[in-house]
Parts: sequence; C-alpha cells; structure tokens
Amino acid sequence: MRPHTSGGWQPTASLEVLRLRARMLTGIRAFFDERGVLEVETPCLSAAATPDPALLSFTTRYTGPLFPQGQSLYLHTSPEFPMKRLLAAGSGSIYQICKVFRDGEAGRMHNPEFTLLEWYRTGFDAAQLITEVDALVQRLLGEHLSLAASEKLSYHDAFQLHVNLDPHTATAQDFAQAARAHDIHASPALDKHHDVAIWRDLLLSHLIEPKLGQGRLTFLYDYPASQASLARVRPGTPPLAERFELYLNGTELANGFYELADASEQRTRFERQSHARIAEHLPAVPLDENLLAALASGLPDCSGVALGFDRLVMLAVGAKNLREVIAFPAGCA
Amino acid sequence: MASYSTNDFKSGLKVMIDGSPGAVVENEFVKPGKGQAFNRVKIRNLKTGRIIERTFKSGDTLEAADVVDVEMQFLYNDGEFFHFMNPVTFEQFGADKTAVGDTAKWLKEQDVCIITLWNGVPLSVEPPHTVILKIVETDPGLKGDTSGGGGKPATLETGAVVRVPLFIQNGESIKCNTRTGEYISRA
Repeated sequence: MRPHTSGGWQPTASLEVLRLRARMLTGIRAFFDERGVLEVETPCLSAAATPDPALLSFTTRYTGPLFPQGQSLYLHTSPEFPMKRLLAAGSGSIYQICKVFRDGEAGRMHNPEFTLLEWYRTGFDAAQLITEVDALVQRLLGEHLSLAASEKLSYHDAFQLHVNLDPHTATAQDFAQAARAHDIHASPALDKHHDVAIWRDLLLSHLIEPKLGQGRLTFLYDYPASQASLARVRPGTPPLAERFELYLNGTELANGFYELADASEQRTRFERQSHARIAEHLPAVPLDENLLAALASGLPDCSGVALGFDRLVMLAVGAKNLREVIAFPAGCA
Repeated sequence: MASYSTNDFKSGLKVMIDGSPGAVVENEFVKPGKGQAFNRVKIRNLKTGRIIERTFKSGDTLEAADVVDVEMQFLYNDGEFFHFMNPVTFEQFGADKTAVGDTAKWLKEQDVCIITLWNGVPLSVEPPHTVILKIVETDPGLKGDTSGGGGKPATLETGAVVRVPLFIQNGESIKCNTRTGEYISRA
C-alpha cells in the first residue's frame, strides 16, 4: 500500500489508480451506449429500506418544506427498488453507476460506502445476462489480466468439489463437521447454530469463495431457494433460486437475479425478512410500497445484476485492500 | 467484567478465550454477498503463546480479560519464585517459572522488565530489549585475532549462552539483544 504521510489528508489510492478508475467508468458507459442501454439516476435517500437482515441501512432525517415535522430517510444499499419502478414504467433496459451505503461493513474488502454498477436487461434470462456480464468484465480487465475461459459452476457442484457436501441436503451438524475437518474453528456460540443458511455462508466464505475464479471468471449459479433474495425460484427438488454471483481470483464481484416479478410473493419475502430482523434485534424498516405497487402493475420479464466497481478496479491493479483504489475510504473520509 | 463485540476487536485487545487470557492479533471482516457477516479472528493465548484462529458471527462478544502490562524491577529469585517490584507503588509480585519461562536466563537484579498481570498475577515476563551482563565462562581467544570473524560461545552470569567475537575474554561485560539472543558490543 502507498505509505501514509504524517498529515493523513492525502488519498490512500495513488493518482494513477484514480485515473484508471475514470477510464474504466468511461469504458462502462461506452459499453452500454453501444448496446442501447439507458443510463439512469435514482434517489440515494428513500422513505423505505430493504428489510434484508443481512443489509443495514444508514438513516438520516429531513426537515423542511414537504415534511415540517421531519421525516426519517434511509440511504439506499442498492438502487434496485427505484430502478424496478422505472422498468415497470416502461423504461426498457437501464443501468446506473452510483454510491451505495451499508452500515456495519468495513474491512479489507468492504467500505461502508462504495460504487455499484447495476443494470437491468428486459427480455434477458439469467444465462443471457451472464454472457453480457462476462463480455463487460473481459473488456474492462482484458488489458490488465490474461484470463482463461470463463466457467459456470452450480452452487451444488462448488460445495461438492471443495467441501464434499451436498449444500441442499446437509444438516447443520454436517456443515459444522466439514468446517472442523477443514480447520475452521467456529466460536462456541456459532458452533451450536442450527440455521443451515448461516453454515452455508460460513463454508462458502471461508472455504469455497477463496478458491473460485482462479485466473478466470467463475459464475456460481442455482442458489438454495432460501437465498433467493429478489430472484425467481425455479420449482423442483430442491427448488433453486435463479441467482448468480461472479468471482474472480477469490473475490466476489457481482450478484445477479432473474428478477422476481410477482408482487404478492415479493411481499411475502419482505414480511419473512422483517420477522427475521425482529428475531435478530435489528431495527424494523418501512417496506417499499412503491416497489410493491410497481410489481403489481407489471414488471417486464428481466434480469438484473449489481457489480462492485471498486473491487473491479482492485482486480485490475492487483490490489489487496480497497484502500488502494478508493481515494478516501472510511477512517480518513 | 465487561465484554467486547467483534466490532471492538483490534490488535492488542485483551479477551478471554477458552478460559485463558488472550490478545487479539488480527480481525478480518468476511461477508458473502447478501449473506451472514463473520469475523475471522486470530488471538494469541497469553499463557501458551499459541495463536488461536476463531470465526465469530459479526456482533458476537467475548469477555474482556483483566490483563495489564506493568514495568517492574527484578529483585531476586528464591528458587521457586522470581520477585519483582513496581517502582511506583513498591508493590511486590512473585512470578513462577511458567510465567518467567525462557526469560529467566536474561534476568539480572535491578533490571526493569515488563510484567504482564492477569487478575493481578504475573502471566509473563518480558526482559529489557538489551541487557549488560558479565561473561563467566568462555574459551581464551586466539592471539592476534581482532576481527571476531568466527566467534565462540560464552556463558553469561545469568545463564544465557551467546556467541561472542574471539577477542572477548572471561570477566568482561557485554551488551546483548534479548530478542535475538545476539552479542551487540563490549559494554
């Protein structure tokens, strides 16, 4: 990392990296311009927030005309909800590059605010969107890395390959045993956890992710239905979420869905997440009724993906820490 | 005793781990997309010196360990305990052989060490970075050798054995680095 000077006022990223960021942003805009995808902007501040217990929204307050008594506002954790309102209003394929905010997340690979590239393609299924993500990332990283042919790996096969478990049928005890066998020592409180979703995340983040996408783009797909988030679930045994994630050199780079369009199913999932928040003693948040109304009026068949732009820059320059690619990360912002 | 959440974990924080006092060495935040956040933490067990790796659900807590580092003067060794005194409060502490460990071979009366106390009992003893000690036994040097190219072992008054240049003689005092166990210079 670039050495810090005594004052601490200087950027933690080199000017050379900041110039590359600008070039990559230009490259993204050119890519979507060629394909006729419209650039849009949606609000960072919203009266509603995501109830996903894994995402914590920052809150702030507005007081003035419109709301003389003041109104609580949430900083978006992704622009997904208002972008879907645009899709429902007939925008066609759209993209956005914006800052998003997530409370509680800081580390080598996390900063509480970061730059997200999010786009939606009407008429695309997950496989078609994966092809486009591949084309964009190959174009942006092509001059920096030589990548082997991209691969698709199902969530099931990734678990079989790296921890020799079927993630859809294994019990909490099976996961705990596999963790111990691979020298991962869970704290006593965690070790007793019965929730298989937590164990899947533990094994995925500790043992599988670091091995994914070595020298190539790896698309992990067909997630457990419980991790569908806003993706459609394909019925079957087991039912699978039409969700994918992109990995390169062990780094998670993007998350995509074949988008759920069913308003009542979306409401059910929001309510389930709201209950989970209460169980975890997280603050309750107002649900986005505008999104639900837009879905009810009809969301065109589409797939969408969010890509972490800062991590993309990290991979381009071989950085080990986000501080090397963000001018002023948390702690010196 | 207070407790700390994973958000408080930073290098040097003293916590209880598996019933022993420990110091946090490293804390990495890990979170899969749209999933549970974890902290992968490395903690040094202050009794054994061993590094323990442990994964916590973000937000989980550990009990704080009452561990403090205090500068104290070494007084004497009675065969069972090494006695130290806090030069500010004049309070005396006896450290057993387990706590003193390998440090014993550098301990000379009056020298100031860092004593790590856990619940008021010495847990470990860190010697000064450099010490001046007298040589009690070493082979006579070869005549005319002043370069000290090869070196020879020398036993010091506290029991430590260090390699010294050939021209160093019995009875001389030398300066040593206790971290590396190496000779620095004549004192």
